[in-house]
Order: sequence, then structure tokens, then C-alpha cells
Amino acid sequence: MRYFLRFVLIYLIVYSSNVLAAWDFNMPIGVTNTSQDIYGLHMTIFYICVAIAVVVFGVMFWSIFHHRKSKGAQAAQFHGNVLVEIIWTIIPLVILVAMAIPATNTLIDMYDSTESDIDIQITGYQWKWHYKYIGEDISFFSILTTPQEEIDNKVRKNPNYLLEVDNALVLPINKKIRFLFTSNDVIHAWWVPDLAIKKDAIPGFINESWTRINKVGTYRGQCAELCGMHHGFMPVVVQAVTESEYEAWLQNQKTAKLAETASAQKQWSMDELMTTGAVVYEKNCAACHQANGLGIPPVFPALNGSAIVQGDAAEHIDIVVNGRQGTAMAAWDTQLSAVEIAAVITYERNSWDNKTGDIVTPADIQAVIDNK
Amino acid sequence: MKLFLKPSSPAGLISIVVLMFVFGFMLVPLYTVFCEVTGLNGKTSGQYQGELTNEVSDNARTVTVQFIANRNDNLPWQFSPKQEVMELMLGERKVTSFRVVNTYDKAVVAQAIPSVSPAAAASHLHKIECFCFQQQALGASESKDMELIFFIDASLPGDITKLTLSYTLSDITGTDLVDM
Amino acid sequence: MYEQTKTAHHGPAKGLMRWILTTNHKDIGTMYLVFSLMMFFIGGTMAFVIRAELFQPGLQLVRPEFFNQMTTMHGLIMVFGAVMPAFVGLANWQVPLMIGAPDMALPRLNNWSFWILPFAFLMLLSTLFMDGGAPNFGWTFYAPLSTTYAPPSVTFFIFAIHMMGISSIMGAINIIVTIFNMRTSGMDLMQMPMFVWTWLITAFLLIAVMPVLAAVVTMMLMDIHFGTSFFNAAGGGDPVLFQHVFWFFAHPEVYIMVLPAFGVVSQIIPAFSRKPLFGYASMVYATASIAILSFVVWAHHMFTVGLPLGGELFFMYSTMLIAIPTGVKVFNWISTMFKGSMTFETPMLFAIAFIVLFTIGGLSGLMLAIAPADFQYQDTYFVVAHFHYVLVPGSVFGIFAAVYYWLPKWCGNMYKESMGKLHFWLSIIGVNLTFFPMHFVGLAGMPRRIPDYALQFADFNMVTSIGAFLFGATQLLFVYNVIHTVRSGKKAPQKPWEGAEGLEWTVPSPAPYHTFTTPPAASEK
Repeated sequence: MRYFLRFVLIYLIVYSSNVLAAWDFNMPIGVTNTSQDIYGLHMTIFYICVAIAVVVFGVMFWSIFHHRKSKGAQAAQFHGNVLVEIIWTIIPLVILVAMAIPATNTLIDMYDSTESDIDIQITGYQWKWHYKYIGEDISFFSILTTPQEEIDNKVRKNPNYLLEVDNALVLPINKKIRFLFTSNDVIHAWWVPDLAIKKDAIPGFINESWTRINKVGTYRGQCAELCGMHHGFMPVVVQAVTESEYEAWLQNQKTAKLAETASAQKQWSMDELMTTGAVVYEKNCAACHQANGLGIPPVFPALNGSAIVQGDAAEHIDIVVNGRQGTAMAAWDTQLSAVEIAAVITYERNSWDNKTGDIVTPADIQAVIDNK
Repeated sequence: MKLFLKPSSPAGLISIVVLMFVFGFMLVPLYTVFCEVTGLNGKTSGQYQGELTNEVSDNARTVTVQFIANRNDNLPWQFSPKQEVMELMLGERKVTSFRVVNTYDKAVVAQAIPSVSPAAAASHLHKIECFCFQQQALGASESKDMELIFFIDASLPGDITKLTLSYTLSDITGTDLVDM
Repeated sequence: MYEQTKTAHHGPAKGLMRWILTTNHKDIGTMYLVFSLMMFFIGGTMAFVIRAELFQPGLQLVRPEFFNQMTTMHGLIMVFGAVMPAFVGLANWQVPLMIGAPDMALPRLNNWSFWILPFAFLMLLSTLFMDGGAPNFGWTFYAPLSTTYAPPSVTFFIFAIHMMGISSIMGAINIIVTIFNMRTSGMDLMQMPMFVWTWLITAFLLIAVMPVLAAVVTMMLMDIHFGTSFFNAAGGGDPVLFQHVFWFFAHPEVYIMVLPAFGVVSQIIPAFSRKPLFGYASMVYATASIAILSFVVWAHHMFTVGLPLGGELFFMYSTMLIAIPTGVKVFNWISTMFKGSMTFETPMLFAIAFIVLFTIGGLSGLMLAIAPADFQYQDTYFVVAHFHYVLVPGSVFGIFAAVYYWLPKWCGNMYKESMGKLHFWLSIIGVNLTFFPMHFVGLAGMPRRIPDYALQFADFNMVTSIGAFLFGATQLLFVYNVIHTVRSGKKAPQKPWEGAEGLEWTVPSPAPYHTFTTPPAASEK
């Protein structure tokens, strides 16, 4: 019999941990000391709350079962007891102090501002993140890559649905990393549950936070502060790698930057530009101007059949490169390469009902940028 | 007066309402003072008014200062610090500059907003001269180097070894400013 | 026992003009309650749209921009249109009856404060049909999303808020003046029924914070139209200032929505336990301390905004302190039930559910108060679960309990008990099915206010949506029961509840159009 009970117990533990894995229903323990402290704090307070609830509701339901009129209960007439009232004011106070002490310690630890090894500036944009490695001349945007067909339920959703980006934030493990948050437009909040970092990115001001990741892996999060239409579509992906892999990655990024400059020089065919342009459009433009080019007037004008898109290429280039003041249209030269801008303009001028046949080359774009 | 503020008369209650409405607006200057005292949001105070001794004690600590330049609202301007990172000693007077290029084909007025992180360092960073004190008028396609002279006082908390000074440049052409 | 002289006064005028011109507290109370019920269904329809979209991952029914309008309007309508007017309606009906006053102290003001509301909400709802859509920046309307980046309809939103604010302030002034000046002789402050006490404190909160809300939307208006920069960093302002001013209003607002429900429960629990309320004086002091503390905890909504360490600690400690007076209230209610002689009619069921589920919401609130842990909870569904637990089985169940408890007095007919119980049980199942799984998805990492979510949140969201549909549909039972009772219910006796105490039970059922034209004796508390 004892044997059987033990078997059941072990089975239950194993089974419940499987269920735990399949059904995420608790805070992740995370991969930093801070996140583990916070998880500990969360579970401690949760158990205290459960204990309070069991006692309080226990007394209540006991009364409900025993002191009911249908059981012939006679109502007592007491209506106060100073001693009891003092006791149940003091006991919660003691419990609260017991909760506050570890919470205060964790908080002080999170405000540690000693020397960091790596500094990253994180800027929120509607609706993407920009990462800048301070002192390294590396910076890039990180944009959702989930295809529109998956969002519109036309194809099967992949396991990382809505939590995947083109360029993850690559960070080494075991290094103190300092994050500086700001925003280009409205307030966003950068959140990665596994790092236990959630900080608001506020236009005009900087906020900071730090982490030291203990484990290699990919950690996913999302924007947590309502920031407009596509608030639900600006995930955060952090890829934690070993130190040597990180160094290699830094080198790669620098080489890639040189290669990009070279590719702007080469001759691009219409087909190549259209293929690249379709990808760039989907990632950067479709959110507002829509995949079908019809936009959401009046805020986001249609590109299909637009006089500008079908008209003079110079004006079209000007708007994409420099943005349009006073509207949501951004200046894309700070966000896309000359090749990408050329490709997307070519794509817009030759898609849907737009059949201009124009080819805009990276050299055309570079000329406009250089003349600024 | 006593009668007027009696909380049981309609007039007394209405005066509470009016007071609280005014209080709502009073929160604005209160908040500014609060920010200056605590360095909330990394807000720095205005131009440095104290004596400039320009003396650096021999055993002064060295700290690292990073400069960040941001543009707001997807402005197409180019804006960058001349030097991204510098080391300096506490009490040492430093000069640096930020370069801005107006890529519009028309004149604009720009305003830079400073912010310091960690916020606890904000009250120890003093700006003797800063382009953020004035609105910056930029002609069409004009570029200029904007000067910043600053120092960090010796009372900077010991655990802070690295601080970041960020400027966000905004286009304020045609907006009135509330002096706050 | 008090006898009403029926012939001395004229009855209500006939037709529509009765309702437009009325200064009678009972008519106005009825209008508030009916208005609130309509808003409850409009706001509920929006919740239905939200839950239908979130039934499965992917975008099925609405586009993200419309989804944001739905979350915003749902919040605004439920807070300002459903819960607050319902409590003002209850106060209008019950405060004069419970303190032995013939009417409210300022009857014309009473008429205006009600009739502003339909126009305010008509204006707010009309934004749905405007170019650029309705407000889409959340009911907390953080700048600069609600200023520089707002749709043009934001101006109508600001005026609607102003009108609601004026209405609430006038209602609150009226209630305070009534309570201070029109109590029957011999009723001291410390002899007032708890519902009157909680409303007195609520009314003071209202006149203290509604002007602050008016100030903050006025600043928004100036930023949008007159070139000021209160919340715009470029002009020397600060977007975080908006959050400070807003939450200085909105945290007390949270208590405005729940204190009257505390009062209702404090009336009902003793009545059905046939035992006096335990710790009356400590109830009053606890309510007052909750109200005072509510002014110094606002920044616990802003732990991730980058407060200095000292600020985080202060707001964490002050927030945790609120647990003490709240705990005292819960302990008092349970001690009232202890050794009572309880029966479980519908009002009692809702009151007990209030205690249990509100406490669950209170405990998750305690978890949220812990600043470091809040970095993980902030802006997730855990928060959504928390405030829906205190507002739906809290405030809304409080309102249901009050309506079942006093409806026989209002209309003279008894509601159908079996249908009331069915409404209760289905609501309990619906509420928990809807809001309990939200704790899980929130902890697992689902942010709030998103129209689409990652696949690991799918199962719980489906459960939540099913629960929401059940809860919504159940409320039709309530409407049917109320209409049936008013039109053709069984006649109710003057005092339908054996253990009920208070002056309202000394007048006939239904309460005559004019009551207490001569002050009653205050002996019965």
C-alpha cells in the first residue's frame, strides 16, 4: 500500500510538471539572479495570501454551515470586542512587515548602479524597437517577422507566432549589461519576463535598468505599454550567447555593414528589387498602408492608385527618405538602407494597380541622401 | 471665512471643488520642483550658478560619461555627439559638442531636452554652458556644432561610475512654450 | 411605527415631463439606475467584441485600431457610465429613506446632475462614428498617445469627461449636504447606517478628485489646441507628469467605485445574519482611513516608469498599509456572520460572494503592491484580473445585492427568488471562468490591451471568452427578473426581510412618492 502511494505521488509530481510545461500559468523563474529573487518573492507572497484566504474563508464557511437559521441557530447579539479588533489589526501589520523586508532588499539590488560591461540604448518606435550598442557603432531595428497570412488565419501559425523578430538583441552571458530606454514617439515599455525587466521608454527622457544573464538561450517578450494601433505586434527577442560567440557576432555585424555599402554599388534588376521590396514592404509599410496598398484613410493614405506613387519618382523618393512633417510618415533613411528604400519604392510603383514600370536604383537613393 | 469653508454647506463644498481644480494645476510646478530635488526622470537643473573653482583635487575619482543623441518624431535631421564616451575626473571642467544638420529645405527651431541616467546622478551634473538652454534656430540645410560645457561635482554617490547624458532634439517650430 | 399620510401630497406628474422635470429623489434614483443598466449593457457589448476577438489567436473579427477603441470605450463606459451612476442612483433612493429626510437637500441640482449624463455619453458614443474613430488610447489615456498622437475625436472625449465630472461633483455635493443637514432629529453621525457613512466618505473623495480629473483633461485640451506643453517634453513638459496627475485622481476613483459597495454589504450581512454589525465604529474608521490612504498611493500604478528608489519604497509601503483597514472590514463582516442565524436569499448570496471574491482581488492587489514583483505583473492580464475581481464581483455584485435587497421597497413587489438565485449562481460561474484564468495568462506573460496573442495563451483565453459570454448572457435574467417584478410581481410586505433594520423599512412598500414629511424618531438604527 505504501508502495502504491509513493508511486502515485511520484506520478503526480512528474505529471504535474509536464502539465506545467504545457500550460504556462505561472511567472517564469527566469535566467537572472534578479528574476529568481522576484520569482521567490512572488511565490512567498502568493503562499502567504493563500494561507490568509484559507483561514479567513475557513472561518466564514464554517459559520455559513453551522450558524444557519435552517439548523436552528440562535443569533448572538455581540457587536464588538476591542481586544479581538486590536489583535486583527496587529497581526496583518506583522505579516506586512515580514513581506516588506525581502521586497525592499530585492528592490535595492535592482537599483545597483555599479560599473557595467556593456551599454545598450533601447529606443521604442511605433511599432518596433531600435537597439544601439554604445561605443560599438552597431545599431539596428528589430521588427516583427510573423507573416500577415498567419495573423489573418490564412496559414498555420508557427510556434513563435507574434514573438519573432528579424534582428534579435544579441547579448553575452555573465556580463553586466546596462540598458538605457527612451522613445521616439509615445510611451512604450520594454519587457522580457525571463530577465524580469520591464521599463517604460519615455520620449525625451532616459530610464535605466541592468541585467546579468546566467544562461544561454533565446528569451522573448513584448511591449507592455499601450502605444497605439500595433501595440500587440512589437515583440522583444533577446538572444543570450557565450562571450566568444558574442565577440564573433560583433565582428560579423561590422563586416556585414561593409558588405551592405558594397551592395549599393552593384546593378540591381527589376526582379531583384521587386523581391527585396516585397519583404521590406511587408515588414515596414504594411502595418499602416496595408498589404493590399489601400491604407487606412484618412490617417494612412492608400498607395494603390496614389498620384504620388504613380507620378514623379523624385517626389516619391523624397517622402520615403525624408518623411512627411506633421504626419505619421517617418523618414526612412535613418531606418532602412539605400538598397531597401530603392527596392520598396520600386515595389510600390509596380504593385497592385500601379504599373509605372519604373526602376529606382540604390544609387538614386544614395544621391538624395548625400545631397541632404 | 469659517462659515464659507464649512464642509456641510454647498458654498463650502464648491470652494473645495475650486481649490482642488487649482490644485490639479498646482501639481505642475510642484512636480517640477520635486523633479529637481530628486532628479526624477533624470531632469537636470538649469544653468550652473555657483562659483567655478576649476580645481580638481588630486585624489578625485574618474568617471565615465556617455553622450546619446536622439531625435523625436522621426525627424530626418542628423544629430550626433562629437565624442560618444569620455572619461573625466570629478570637478573637472569639460567641453564637448553635438553636431546637428537640418535636412529640411526650410528654417526650423529646435529644442534639445536633456536627461541624465542614473537619475541619482542628475543633481551632480552641472552645465555651465549648454545648447539646451536656448532654442536653436537652424536655417535651411544649415549644420552647426553646438557646445556643451559641464562638470560633475565631487559629491556624486560612490557607486556611480558611469553616467549617461542624453539629448532629445525636437522640432518646436511654431509652438508656444510654457515656461516651466 | 411611522404612518404615511397619503392624502396630504400630490403624486407624480404624468408622462415624459415627469421624468424630465422631476426633482423627486426616488424618480431621479430610478433614472440613474435605469441609465446605469443601459450603459452596463453597452459597455458589456464592447467587452463581448473584445472577448470574441480574443477567443482564438489571430485577427478574426476586428482590426487592431477598432480593438483599441473597444477597450478604451469599454473602460470609460463601465467606470463612468455603469458603476458610478448606479451608486449615485442607490444613494438617491436610499440616503433620504435611511436618514429620515423628505428628499435630497438640493432637488433641482439633483435633476441637473442626472440630465447631464445622457448628453455626456451620447457625445462619447458619437465618437465611434467620427473620422479617425473613437478614443483609442485606453481609459487611462496616457499622454502623448492621447494628445499629440490622438484621433481628432479626443476633443469630444475631453468635453464628455468634463460633463461627467460636473455631474458627479453636483451629485456628491448634494449627498454631503443632505447627510449633514437633513438627518432626522436624534440621529448622530455615529448612528447613521453604514451605507450612508460609506457614501458620505465617497462623496468627499468625489469632490476632492473629480476637479483634478477636470484639471488634467483641461491641460490635455490646452496641449492639443492652444500650443501649451504640459505633457510634451519638447516644450519643457513631461509625459510622466500626466500619469502622476491622472493617478492622483484615479486611485481615489477606484475607492469611489467600491466604498458604497462596502456600505451595501454592511447593511445586508447583519440583516440576513439577524445580528448587529460587528465593530460599527471600526468600520467607519477603516473606511475613512482607506479614503485618506488613497491619496498617498497613486504612484503604485507607475512602478515601471522609473521612479527613484525612495519613491518606489514609499509607494510600496503606503500601498501595503491599505491592506490593514481593508482586512478589518473583512474580519468585521465575517464576525457579523459568526454565531448569527443566517438565511441565504439572493441579496445575502451576492453579499457573501462579494466578500470572498473582493478579498481575492484584494490579495492580488497586495501582490501587486510589492514593487519588485510588480515589474513582472505591471500591464499584464494579472492586473486585468485583479481590477476586474474588485470591480465585477466587487462593485457590480454590490449593486446587484443592493437592488435585490431594496427592490421590494422601491416597487412594492417581491422579485422571483428562484430566478434571483439562478442569476447568482450563473454569475458566479461566469465571473470566475472569465477572470480567474486571466491571472494565469498574465503571470505567463500576456500583456494587456493586445488584439492578438502568442499561442501559449490560447487555451486560457478561450476559457475566459466562454466565461464572459456566459456572464453576459446571464445578466438578461436579471433584467427580466427586475422588469417582471416591477410590472407584476407578488406584493411585498413593508419589511420583507426578517432581520433588516433601519428607517427605510418603516415606510410602506412601495415607498410613497413623498416620505418623512415629518421627521421620524431615530430610535431604530
